[in-house]
Amino acid sequence: MKKLLEVNNLTVEIHTDHGTVYACRGVSFDLNEDETLCIVGESGSGKSITVKGIMRLLPKTAKIVEGSVMFEGRDLTKVPEKEMLSLRGSDISMIFQDPMTSLNPTMTVGDQIMEVLKEHKKEMSKQQRKARTLELIELVGINNPETRFRQYPHQLSGGMRQRIVIAMALACDPKILIADEPTTALDVTIQAQILDLMREIQKKSHTAIILITHNLGVVANMADRVGVMYGGKLVETANVRELFFHMEHPYTKGLLASIPKKGVKEELRSIPGSPPDLMAPPKGCPFAARCEYTMKVCQQYLPELTEIAPDHRCACWLLDERAAKMRQEVR
Amino acid sequence: MSMKYDTLSPDLFEPAIVQEDEKEKIAAPHLNAFQDAWIRLRKNKAAVISMVVIAIILLFAIFAPMLSSYNYRATDYNNIYLKPCLEHPFGTDKYGRDLWVRCWMGTRISLLIGVFAAMLDLFIGVTYGAISALVGGKVDSVMQRVIEVLVGVPSLIVIILLMMLMPAGLGTIAVAMAITGWIGMARLVRAEILKLKSSEYVQAAILLGTSQGKIITKHLIPNTVGVIVINTMFTIPSAVFTEAYLSFIGLGLQEPNASLGVLINNGYSVLQSYPHALVFPAVIIVLIMVCFSIFGDGLRDALDPKMRK
Amino acid sequence: MAKYILKRLLYLVITLWVIATLTFFLMKCLPGTPFDAERLALMSASQRAALLAHYGLDKPVWQQYFIYLGSLLRGDFGTSFMYVNQNVAGVVTNRLGPSVLIGAQAVVVGVSIGLALGIVAAWKHNSLIDYLTMFLAVLGVSVPNFVMAALMQYYLGYKFSLLPVAFWTNWKCSVMPTLALALSAIAMVARFMRTEMLEVLEQDYITTARAKGLNNMKVLTRHVIRNSIIPVITVVGPIIVNLLTGSLVVESIFAVPGVGSLFVDSIKANDYPVIMAVTLFYSAFYMIVVIIMDVTYQLVDPRIRLASGSGE
Repeated sequence: MKKLLEVNNLTVEIHTDHGTVYACRGVSFDLNEDETLCIVGESGSGKSITVKGIMRLLPKTAKIVEGSVMFEGRDLTKVPEKEMLSLRGSDISMIFQDPMTSLNPTMTVGDQIMEVLKEHKKEMSKQQRKARTLELIELVGINNPETRFRQYPHQLSGGMRQRIVIAMALACDPKILIADEPTTALDVTIQAQILDLMREIQKKSHTAIILITHNLGVVANMADRVGVMYGGKLVETANVRELFFHMEHPYTKGLLASIPKKGVKEELRSIPGSPPDLMAPPKGCPFAARCEYTMKVCQQYLPELTEIAPDHRCACWLLDERAAKMRQEVR
Repeated sequence: MSMKYDTLSPDLFEPAIVQEDEKEKIAAPHLNAFQDAWIRLRKNKAAVISMVVIAIILLFAIFAPMLSSYNYRATDYNNIYLKPCLEHPFGTDKYGRDLWVRCWMGTRISLLIGVFAAMLDLFIGVTYGAISALVGGKVDSVMQRVIEVLVGVPSLIVIILLMMLMPAGLGTIAVAMAITGWIGMARLVRAEILKLKSSEYVQAAILLGTSQGKIITKHLIPNTVGVIVINTMFTIPSAVFTEAYLSFIGLGLQEPNASLGVLINNGYSVLQSYPHALVFPAVIIVLIMVCFSIFGDGLRDALDPKMRK
Repeated sequence: MAKYILKRLLYLVITLWVIATLTFFLMKCLPGTPFDAERLALMSASQRAALLAHYGLDKPVWQQYFIYLGSLLRGDFGTSFMYVNQNVAGVVTNRLGPSVLIGAQAVVVGVSIGLALGIVAAWKHNSLIDYLTMFLAVLGVSVPNFVMAALMQYYLGYKFSLLPVAFWTNWKCSVMPTLALALSAIAMVARFMRTEMLEVLEQDYITTARAKGLNNMKVLTRHVIRNSIIPVITVVGPIIVNLLTGSLVVESIFAVPGVGSLFVDSIKANDYPVIMAVTLFYSAFYMIVVIIMDVTYQLVDPRIRLASGSGE
């Protein structure tokens, strides 16, 4: 397996009127060819900012202050904007959360898809571009591509709009597709359709996907590997089987325990408390305030992401050999 | 774990006591809507400066005529068209009247007209809008038709016509302005109440059996106050402008009364030889308009960051 | 859509009727006649009666009202008191040219400069240019147009003699009145465009556009401006009102022989037929502009186009 994208110690800060938000605090992960990496975490854990940082699509107030994003031998955090422009939409493309707002309301959907081709496939003639667009509309499972081509976003349903957004993202056969909660805003039945579509597309085109979600069901369905984010940090990462069967981080455990299980009639378990304020992130482990097994060290020192099994890394002081006593309690 | 943590004392790996309330800690302090708005307003430097300037103008308008030894109507034919000097900070006019006193007196009158007109607008507009929205049905639709007819009327033209009919005075000018002025307020209040009425929390309150009176006093009134206050902030300067405008075309207050419009009109007639007679009242009226406008904008942003238009 | 336009036109007619009625009775309530009391006193009773009969002033008020409405429908606004023996429609049309010229110039200048300033200010949000533009915009809306006109006349015309002080001899004479009127339009458009564009800049579809790999310029021209410029159509109505009211004083100040100065003169001379005609003219003009703008808005914005039921 070849590494396609290497994110190292990515750190993003957002400067607001009320202070600095440390939204993404030294996140590192890899993405291999032809795999789906799911990033899970609750809202405000820094997932979106992390991937927007990779694309350099951060809001004006946000800045990458540290770290690197290696793609095909280049550090995306440092390449000139012009090079970034030619990558966006062609090699790396993105799907957003809310299809209701992510399409331009005053432009036909056909024109919006064509625009990507016009930007990156300059060699195509107008006819070729149109043909390719119709093909894309059909590829994402929309009937009557000719009619749809001329319609405006508000004339389409939410599911269809998301398909259009996906068509737009796929227009130039990207190597990496980043999907930021692509199904959150959709009805449950439509969600499944969109996920199926993404899986199908991956099978055909071998695009690597980074899928952001807060839904562990989606993770189990889609992911090859999983990264769990909390408080702007990646706390655990592993391949999907390893994570579901041998999870180590108390937060991951809490997350999983909060899903209702089939046939088991017990009360749903939630993780008490609320996520840390990223304007003043805690000195130690971000989860320390809500963790059942908090030790003194957790409140003062940040645990590092450590390899605990092949392809399984976790950032938790419980894994330190000096915490053996506490680990007894966990078992 | 990497080397740098190898030296950590094993003691640290003892269970820690986590305070329960730490878990549910809410980072931001609890504030009610108005405290919150006040904090946001205070951060808006331009709005704060405008507020201070308005306050200063108000103070001068109230106290300057009282504290000066001159009367705003007292003529002195030995000292006509004096340039600004220590004795007469803004100079004197063609009858030798002290312009300092006349300017602040004029400001007082203009502001009074503005506030009076705004109050009339507020009273008529809020009543009309609230009845229209609360009663609904046929009453609402008739009231809306009336508004639709009136909206087409260019208000200044109507005011001009009315002023031809009525003797110019503080009250009549304000009344003339209110005849069309209330429409904007009525529409705003109606729209806001209708929006609130269909909002989920009011629907929930209705479902829970809250009485109509309580819904009006607990939900509808407190939530429309913002819109009303903001709109009033914009009515005052526009009324001050209208008064000056009327005076300028000869329909406003008449000599020897003072208002900013009268003073500007007089100043304009001698502009080429005695520009100071125009400059001072003009600067005051511009300051009033600018400051109310900035302050109103600031207030709107502070009270409801979402309704920015 | 046709139904909508018809409905709007119906309101237009009703409103005009209300205004016509209102002006008529207001004029009737006004003290005094347009004729010099002294001169009337000098006339013989029969002369006086003939004069009143000539202007139809001898009939009962309600009859005068219907005669008035009837002649309005025929486009006859009566004869002017001030300009003896001239019919009002003619007096007003004679004055139309300069007003239209100044008004049109002011709209073009106001909208184009306003849009440019608004776009730059929003694109460079929170920069010096932004603050400067906003300051100018606030000034533009706040400085009363007659103060602005007076100051321009004093400085540009009198002190530095850059432009003609007043009168109406060549095109140069229209420059200052145009600028004095355009200022508030510039301010209004700039302010509105800026707010609108700042809002559009925060929309998700702008991020989508950037994610396509479009450079700033293309994002700006194809997505941002396109979406933020449409609502600007809605400020055209208020701009027209400002121009109309502004034109009264600005034309008087610069001695432009337009409809505005005619209106002010006829107010001063109690020339009722002219006052009524200009009032109706202004109201009709304003309402027609607003209707045209509302319809254009609906045609231009695809979202509203559908909502009105003419879509799919």
